[in-house]
Amino acid sequence: MFQTYQYPQYDYRQSEEQKAGTVKRHKVVVIGAGPIGLTAALDFAQRGIHTVVLDDNNTVSIGSRAVCYAKRPLEIWDRLGCATRMIDKGIEWKIGKVFFRDDLAYTFDLLPEDGHKIPAFINLQQYYLEEYMVEEAQKSNLIDLRWKHKLLNLQQDDDHAVLTVETPDGVFKMEAEWVVACDGANSDTRKMVGAGFSGQFFQDRFLIADIIMKADFPTERWFWFDPPFHRGQSALLHKQCDDVWRLDFQLGWEADPEEEKKPENIIPRVKAMLGEDKEFELEWASVYQFACRRIDNFRYGRVLFAGDAAHQVSPFGARGANTGVQDIDNLGWKLKLVLDGDAPESLIDSYHTERAFAADDNLLNSTRSTDFITPKNEASRRFRDAVLDLSEVTDFAKPLVNSGRLSAPTPYVESPLNTADESSFAGAMTPGTCCADAPVSVNGEAAWFLNQIGDGFTLLIFGDEAAEDVTAGNVRARVLRVGKDLQDKDGTLAARYDAAPGTVYLIRPDQHVAARWRYFNDNKVEAALKTAMGGA
Amino acid sequence: MPQTPKLNLTRNLPDPDGFYEYLVSSQRHMSDEDANCMNARLILILANQIGDPDVLKAAIDFAANPKAAEKREAA
Repeated sequence: MFQTYQYPQYDYRQSEEQKAGTVKRHKVVVIGAGPIGLTAALDFAQRGIHTVVLDDNNTVSIGSRAVCYAKRPLEIWDRLGCATRMIDKGIEWKIGKVFFRDDLAYTFDLLPEDGHKIPAFINLQQYYLEEYMVEEAQKSNLIDLRWKHKLLNLQQDDDHAVLTVETPDGVFKMEAEWVVACDGANSDTRKMVGAGFSGQFFQDRFLIADIIMKADFPTERWFWFDPPFHRGQSALLHKQCDDVWRLDFQLGWEADPEEEKKPENIIPRVKAMLGEDKEFELEWASVYQFACRRIDNFRYGRVLFAGDAAHQVSPFGARGANTGVQDIDNLGWKLKLVLDGDAPESLIDSYHTERAFAADDNLLNSTRSTDFITPKNEASRRFRDAVLDLSEVTDFAKPLVNSGRLSAPTPYVESPLNTADESSFAGAMTPGTCCADAPVSVNGEAAWFLNQIGDGFTLLIFGDEAAEDVTAGNVRARVLRVGKDLQDKDGTLAARYDAAPGTVYLIRPDQHVAARWRYFNDNKVEAALKTAMGGA
Repeated sequence: MPQTPKLNLTRNLPDPDGFYEYLVSSQRHMSDEDANCMNARLILILANQIGDPDVLKAAIDFAANPKAAEKREAA
């Protein structure tokens, strides 16, 4: 197969501790240098935590794998300084089209409003994403990337874990105050702690084929149900960079994965889809089946699970990697506060509370999409086809069409870290919700609101009313005043936050709303700040 | 207390024979598959007309097991 990408080989180096034969205790050890493990390293380092990353391989993702990256993870990567490269290289899109048999059934727009720095979605091969994050991580003196380090065993004590690790130089032990397992759906770490990982398996198979071709199809997500070129099944076409296109064919449960992976069987499917005379090269193919399942607890003592190691979803909706990045966004600041002794260790338990809630939301959405795409019996299939038929000729059926509900952040509406509203607010920014972006200006320069927050707790104040920084122990919520520190040029920020003069928002380090009021009161802010730190 | 407070299970069709005739004759010349597909469309259209999620849920539950309410009342 033709290749558009050269896989980097990262150097294995024997660590000083293995060479010396001493057991060293680290603050945080991350297992797995995939998209989630690398995000963890960058986030933890940005918060000042020295982080060791172990990976049993020494290169990036083989094959394009995860392709669609959503707005929120890109905002997180923007906070970590590596989103610009991804967006520049990636393909921006926001329009999706769903076809049924020969006709267009439904069109959706994922970001119908302006005034956001980050696009709704980009498509980018996973290997580029990982390569950019590795390069970013290599710049940090707080990140220690260790390739060809395989975790063999893990034992836990009250305040640390002992890791047995194998390298080309043999086996050695290291200790970690916290372990963050980002080692994927087949996580060995999960097996080592004996965690449960249960859910639903789906009896269906899908072929992914990445092809290289010059084509002027628009940069939209095209999804077909029962198309003339692939009768009775679904198909997907999506553009990536370097003229690589992602094709996805539903095959059914009876398909033989080994046979379907052979180029001589893939090429006729592609030709049926694109036309006999379309020139293309096959780059990568994979046949997959999927499951929707979640770990029973994101925390096992000193071991925390993130990404596919904690939850596995079907690919429809791009909820895998996108959700995992948000796990890390949630975890990093909590680990920092606990490591520094500024918050009780129980704050870490809110990582499970909030992210299991989000995982369940993702699993629900993903399972619903899968039930629509892969009907379980003839009656379900008829309802599915009825929805698609009616969606061509009526408005009401369009929202029932489900070719994947694309990843959006889950508000932590029930989180114990929230302080309930005592005044009424309109709009979406309820406590537990991730902050909306808005165009602002800072020192006369155009800027974005989200780039002004996220280092620590922020006290966003609208108007001139008196307010000052509020502290709880060593932790400070820093005043950011609209009208002074930043200008809300066109009122978008005030509109999105339903703000009036005097309105105050307490914003967490992961850019989520913790509390809000119509006026400033330092006692109330201090109480909310303590609540947001797990009752510190 | 009634199990389905909002679901109307008392007679509400002004012309029961006329409605039934119209429904059945609409499918008289269809294959079972076509009629089944039409039924699926019809359910979706009527569901949208009703809109109220409590009524729809009660109707689905009742249709799936019409004897359940009777048994509950008898118990």
